[in-house]
Parts: sequence; structure tokens; C-alpha cells
Amino acid sequence: MHSPMEQFEIKELLHLNLFGIDASFTNSSTWMIIAVILATAVFVWGMRQRALVPGKLQSVAELGYEFIAGMVRDNVGDSGKKYFPFILTLFIFILFCNVLGLVPYSFTPTSHIVVTFAMAAFVFVGVTIIGFARHGLHFLSLFVPKGVPFVLLLLLVPIEIISYFIRPFSLAIRLFANMLAGHTMLKVFGGFVVMLGIIGGWAPLAFIVVFTGLELLIAFLQAYVFAILTCLYLNDAIHLHH
Amino acid sequence: MDASAAKLIGAGLATIALAGVGVGIGNIFGSFVSGALRNPEAAPRVFGNVLLGFALTEAVALFALVIAFMILFVF
Repeated sequence: MHSPMEQFEIKELLHLNLFGIDASFTNSSTWMIIAVILATAVFVWGMRQRALVPGKLQSVAELGYEFIAGMVRDNVGDSGKKYFPFILTLFIFILFCNVLGLVPYSFTPTSHIVVTFAMAAFVFVGVTIIGFARHGLHFLSLFVPKGVPFVLLLLLVPIEIISYFIRPFSLAIRLFANMLAGHTMLKVFGGFVVMLGIIGGWAPLAFIVVFTGLELLIAFLQAYVFAILTCLYLNDAIHLHH
Repeated sequence: MDASAAKLIGAGLATIALAGVGVGIGNIFGSFVSGALRNPEAAPRVFGNVLLGFALTEAVALFALVIAFMILFVF
């Protein structure tokens, strides 16, 4: 029987060597490209009629747009409008990667920490640059909580700084570990179905059906959490805690 | 003691974090239900926050899983 971790194996489809760096085209890249093409198709093809009363696909596209637009408006305010396209792209890309990963025999790019950490590091570096560009050195006041006695500050400032630098890691590990754990669990229970056979296999099969529904929710939820945390970090950088 | 045995014990110990996560997730949904029964009209508004809190708490469990995996497979 195959191991439940085998689904995360990266397979080289087309060998590519760019100046000594291994940039091969893998199954991970394939599924990322499929996710991008599908997401673009939903938005471009869904909005092709621009009807006042939207059809099915146009409703989906509008719903996704409105959902993220509302999130940015509520959490960052008007000054966050500039960054809305980035957050929408991030959300849609993660959502499509997560959901496509639930298709049998597919691959989940977001179950690899290198992918999620690349996104999280981009968010972290970008937010820090935005903060410094907007506030200059005054941005460092983010690390100094207000209305706290000086003695306590000696303790709190290092904690704030550590928690700031831990952000990209927690952002990356949250998404990656959720995908990894969910998919591994599904495959482990799939193994139980085969082991128990036709007599006892129905119980784990029913569990898989229920759990796939939960995994769909988690796939959406993790994309949502990634996007909303990006919004909150952006809000911190733009408004400095107030 | 054999190093591989210590690894298994360490990975098992890493799952103790689940106790805290169980308390946390129970607390989130318990508070939501008791709040929703007191003021049913406000319930749909805070449900997004409930899901956010659930996802953040669940992530702690997965950090423990990552540590268990690291103990088992990396070292």
C-alpha cells in the first residue's frame, strides 16, 4: 500500500536548469498554473456579459470580489484600497490551490512550506516596507505599547519585537500544516477502508465523506484567515495601533 | 535508552499541546453558543470572528503536529 505522505512528493515533469539553479517544471507548478488559469477563467469568463442582474458565474465572481472588498474596507479602512488587488489575488490563489488539492490524484501546492512561506515572507517584507515608507522611523513605535509604565516596557518591547518577527512563520505554518494534516488524515482513513474491506470499510468511508466536507470548509477558512491576517498586519503598518 | 525510542516518546509528548487546544476550541464555541442564546440577533455578526478564532486556535494544534513531525523525521 502507498504511504499517506506520498501525495506530497514533488515529481519533476520537465527538467530545467537556470544558471545552476534547479528550476524544473514540477507537478506543484502544474497545479499552481491550473489554479491561476481556473481563477482567471471564473473572473474573466464570469464577467464577460456584465449583466445588471448577474448570472450564476457572475454572481460567484461578484461575491468573491465583494467579500474581500468588504474585508479590506472593515479592517484597513479607506487607505487600504490601494492594496485590495493584492489581497484579492492572494485569497483567490490560496483558495483555488486548497480546493483543487481536494480533487483525487491532484496535488496541493499549499501543502508545501516553501510555497506558503514564500507568500508569507512577501507579505511580511511588503508590510514592513509600507510601514517604514509611510511613517519613517516613527514606525518603530509599533513595538512600544501605549500607557504602560517604563519598567514593564523593558519586558514588553522585546516580546512585541519577537511576536512581530514570528508573524511570517506562523502565517506560513498555519496554512501548510492545515493542508498537510487534513490531507494526511483523509489518506490514512482511505487506508482503513482498504484494510477493513467490504465488511467493515463502510464506517471509515462515511467518515471520509463527512471529513471531505469539513476539509472544504477548512480550505476556504485558511484562505480567509491568510487574507484577513494580511489585512490586520497591513492595518498595523498603516495606522500604528490606533 | 535508544535514540529512536526517545524520538517516539518526544513525538508523543508533543501532542500534549492538544489539551490546551481542546480547551480553547471548546471555549470559543461554548462562549459563542451562550452569547448567541442571550442575544440571538447579534449571533450572525460575530460568527465570522468565531471562525477566525477557531482557525487560529486550531493552528496551535497544527504547530504541535509540525513539532511532532520534526522530532520524528528531521532529527
